[in-house]
Amino acid sequence: MNGVPLAAYIGLGMFMFTTGVVGVVIRRNPIVIFMCIELMLNSVNLTFLTFARYQMASMPDDRLAMQNSMMAGQMMVIFVMAVAAAEVAVGLGIIMAIYRLRDNVDIDELNLLRG
Amino acid sequence: MADFVQHLHPVLQALIRAVLLVIPSLLLLPIIIWWERRLLSWMQDRIGPNRVGNITFSRTSKLVPSFLQGKKFRLFGLMQPMADFGKLLFKEDITPTAIDKLIYLTAPALALFPSFAIGGTIPWGPYRFLTPVGDVNIGVLYIMAISSLGVYGIVLAGYSANNKFSLMGGLRSSAQLISYELAMGMSLACIVMATGSLKPTEIVTAEHGPLWGLDVAPFNLIENWNILTPYGLVACIVFLICMVAETNRAPFDLPEAENELVAGYHTEYSSMKFAVFFMGEYAAMFAYGLILCTIFVGGWHLVPIRFAYMSHAFPAFGDIWNVLDTLNGSSILAPVWMVLKGLLIITSYIWIRATLPRLRYDQLMSLGWKSLLPLATVNLVVVAIWIVATKVSSPWIGWAAVAVSAVILYVLYQAINRLNTHDRVDLASREIVMVDEPPQRRELDLVDPAPATTV
Amino acid sequence: MNQTIGGVTVTPELLLFGAVAGAAALCAVGVVAFNNAIRSALCLVVNFFLLAFLYFTLNAEMLGITQVVVYTGAIMVLFLFVIMLLNLGAPQLLVEKRDPKKYIGVLLGAGMFVLLGSQLLPSLVKINAATLTPNLATFGGPEAIGRSLFTSYVYPFEAVSILLLIGIVGSILLAKRRV
Repeated sequence: MNGVPLAAYIGLGMFMFTTGVVGVVIRRNPIVIFMCIELMLNSVNLTFLTFARYQMASMPDDRLAMQNSMMAGQMMVIFVMAVAAAEVAVGLGIIMAIYRLRDNVDIDELNLLRG
Repeated sequence: MADFVQHLHPVLQALIRAVLLVIPSLLLLPIIIWWERRLLSWMQDRIGPNRVGNITFSRTSKLVPSFLQGKKFRLFGLMQPMADFGKLLFKEDITPTAIDKLIYLTAPALALFPSFAIGGTIPWGPYRFLTPVGDVNIGVLYIMAISSLGVYGIVLAGYSANNKFSLMGGLRSSAQLISYELAMGMSLACIVMATGSLKPTEIVTAEHGPLWGLDVAPFNLIENWNILTPYGLVACIVFLICMVAETNRAPFDLPEAENELVAGYHTEYSSMKFAVFFMGEYAAMFAYGLILCTIFVGGWHLVPIRFAYMSHAFPAFGDIWNVLDTLNGSSILAPVWMVLKGLLIITSYIWIRATLPRLRYDQLMSLGWKSLLPLATVNLVVVAIWIVATKVSSPWIGWAAVAVSAVILYVLYQAINRLNTHDRVDLASREIVMVDEPPQRRELDLVDPAPATTV
Repeated sequence: MNQTIGGVTVTPELLLFGAVAGAAALCAVGVVAFNNAIRSALCLVVNFFLLAFLYFTLNAEMLGITQVVVYTGAIMVLFLFVIMLLNLGAPQLLVEKRDPKKYIGVLLGAGMFVLLGSQLLPSLVKINAATLTPNLATFGGPEAIGRSLFTSYVYPFEAVSILLLIGIVGSILLAKRRV
């Protein structure tokens, strides 16, 4: 979109990332913590895409380099999405397994590994 | 007209397109509902919805004008949907107390949105303005994306009503929709791979080429509708089953199974809120019908015959071929054929509903995960082999490769299946023999009671 | 017509971006702030949907639609499914206790945002897409993505596919009662 400075997209990404961090720190429900991790991953995706799109300005007139720079960010986003999908499938499976084992999912109670 | 529209502000153009997307579905909804009630009652031998509302004027009364006396007007069951609608409109709108009110009120709207939006990239005819929203290069993915949003309305309706039946319905529905979406995506991917494009218009254009890509006498007279190709037929069957499951229609209407869950996710919705769910279901049926038409059944063409080629092959009847070509869809008639084909597919929906009993939940899951998904995946492999073989050598070799690979994959499937069923308990099929003879009277073996022994 | 505030020209595009980004930021806050897990999940769904719109504005239409398919269509439905399963079994588990220590976390987060933003953002304000006129036709279309994915990035692609396979096997193992 023309007319939007780079700082606007990066600022949004940064805000979402901070919100995700805060959520991971202050929430006690493992599902919500998971959602906050997804939020952080998405903010990073937005940042990758923004840089991929805005980077083309400073490219020299080299077709191959331009192509590579356009694609690097988008490829990263695709891989992040795939990893996030795998992570969610396994993570939610773990949460359900814990719930079945202990009838509880509050992460303050899950202190079996505390030294 | 088109010029006038093009000079408007882009936002206004977008609004016009959005309205054009919604209006045909809205206009067709009453027709679809009436057709379903009538056909269903005809198939089930119920007279009511089939012919309710016949008007017979009195033969003798003075109050009736003379030209109407004794006349009988048939309404073909039209009064039934009208009565239904009147009932829905004037029914008391009950909102339960202990609910999540915001979600409860937004759920019907969320259920309605995807059923209207899903048709956005479906072309209704050969002209650019006949694609409602836009002929984008991610058209098929757009269909997948919007259809995956359909889950939210149902899940949230089930959650927010604070009712265990609703919640069970919502849970079932989310599991069902996720499972069947995979197979649906796979079957669409087959066609996308074979065509080499994600644009619906390009898929339709490819469907209007010679059959199986062979430019030889009997083949180039017939259009290459995807349903006429081997892989396309398999993909079409998978898509059709998944489509019925995605719209929550019988035999896949487990989210609203009335003998288990009262009414499933819309148990707590009454009056117009229920009507919105109802409308969404029918609009989605129609939209999926159009998608099936576009991707598998030749888009806006009525019959799979290449009249344009015929006029080259048999120039003696040149003008007739041209006229037939125009009639077949290369004109403004195209949307009419699209609607007709959509209605035909809705008829098949109704037929399926009247024929098949509802599946059990485990049957539903095993059908989706163990039959449709492997079938669609194998189909994808076959398409890939076909593409490679065709690129490397000729189309003939390509089709030979398809046949060979299909046989090999089928044998592999059988082998794996045998390995799998090896240690499974063999559930012998029960045989029920119906005998029409009158029940035989059992011979009572009358034994004389032991003679009272006298001491 | 276009005003200039702090060196940035206010265009209709910027206003549209502001509206969408503001809604996305609000939804992000909602994910953390709502005590009800379903509402958090819904906020996240809306946030992902708006992000898909922002991807479209960045000319990455393929990734935008993938975002909708993968995140709102699959991942978030899975989240809702698990939340509802827990809700069916033990609704009280999904409600959290109030804790004053949380406010410290919020303050620290705000501090982090201010620190990062003050260091990073001022240098980026001047970079504007209006000054760029490269050929965008091949930026985010399916052809470009597919070509890149199957040539330069084929090894990461295969690695990710193996990762997904392991994820499938792992989640089935976790979900099965007896192996």
